[in-house]
Amino acid sequence: MQYIIPILIILMILTALKSKLPVYDTFITGAGDGMKIVLGIFPALLAVLTAAYMLRASGAIDLIISFISPITDLIGIPREVLPLAMIRPISGGGALGILTDTLNTYGADGEIGKIASVIMGSTETTFYCLCVYFAKTRVKHTLRAVPCAVIGDITGIVVGTLLIKLLNF
Amino acid sequence: MNYIWCAMIIFSLIVAALNGSLDATINAAFDGAKSSVEVVLSFAGVMCFWTGMLKIAEKSGISEKIEKLLNPVIKRLFPSASNDAKKYISMNMTANILGMGNAATPMGIKAMAELDKSNKNPLRASDDMCMLVVLNTTSFQLIPTTIIALRTAAGSAEPMSVIAPIWITSICSIAAAVAAVKVMTKFFKRR
Repeated sequence: MQYIIPILIILMILTALKSKLPVYDTFITGAGDGMKIVLGIFPALLAVLTAAYMLRASGAIDLIISFISPITDLIGIPREVLPLAMIRPISGGGALGILTDTLNTYGADGEIGKIASVIMGSTETTFYCLCVYFAKTRVKHTLRAVPCAVIGDITGIVVGTLLIKLLNF
Repeated sequence: MNYIWCAMIIFSLIVAALNGSLDATINAAFDGAKSSVEVVLSFAGVMCFWTGMLKIAEKSGISEKIEKLLNPVIKRLFPSASNDAKKYISMNMTANILGMGNAATPMGIKAMAELDKSNKNPLRASDDMCMLVVLNTTSFQLIPTTIIALRTAAGSAEPMSVIAPIWITSICSIAAAVAAVKVMTKFFKRR
């Protein structure tokens, strides 16, 4: 596993050298773009982290979780990742905030932190995506797009949980 | 998100008032605001490193190579799409794989516009449109940069250990969603 990223990096640099690219300057440009992304994320992160901390401190999060957990307990999805699973399909910035909160509270390398990371990485802002993609078309009935997308999300959450829990990745 | 965020805050304050934990909740709000700055600061470095590396990949023609690899897959998944649509779909998927969300969405919207043109029943989403949307809602990312950066910021000893499970999980959810589209398409045709 620990070879994946080093190999990717070497491959990237070698192909770039082969195509006579100013590798260093390109990296600098890209890193600058990264700063723009970070600045774009920051306000949403602040808004959601603030709300997430309030939900936790007030005890409201426990109330919400106790409503849904009977279903998810059956499959073995940890209660602690439910807030992430709930917000993920709606808001990317929101999910980032909740993931940060989850990682900080339960640790990034524990089972919960890993499951939360995998859920974040393998799912998308499904409903936002559906809205944006159909917005400029003439389609009024999206029919099977929504259930299929949701099936994909649920598969992601279940498989991610099982992989971490059973295989100890 | 507008209502969700307001609901999160109002609900917290109501529960806090009932619990008698108003002080703690207000303090938590400021803690949250403070920690978002800490997170962004420790997160920015790793994030910029990866966007830098991905820029190198982008400029050295990796996109074209991925597009070539994707073409046979696209032909199979979008049997009735026009050539223009296929071109945008392939660019959309490549951008998703490389984690360039900003580039992926415009390409995806252009692809949808092409599919919309050739949609015989314009009020209803065509099979190809459903397929494209579903591929985007379950997208596969080669290097989940944001997650690696966030894990580093949270003090992870092995921030990249989740890459392999993320790949496997993504492939499973894509397979499930694609299969669902195909099965439901057949079901709708039969009716």
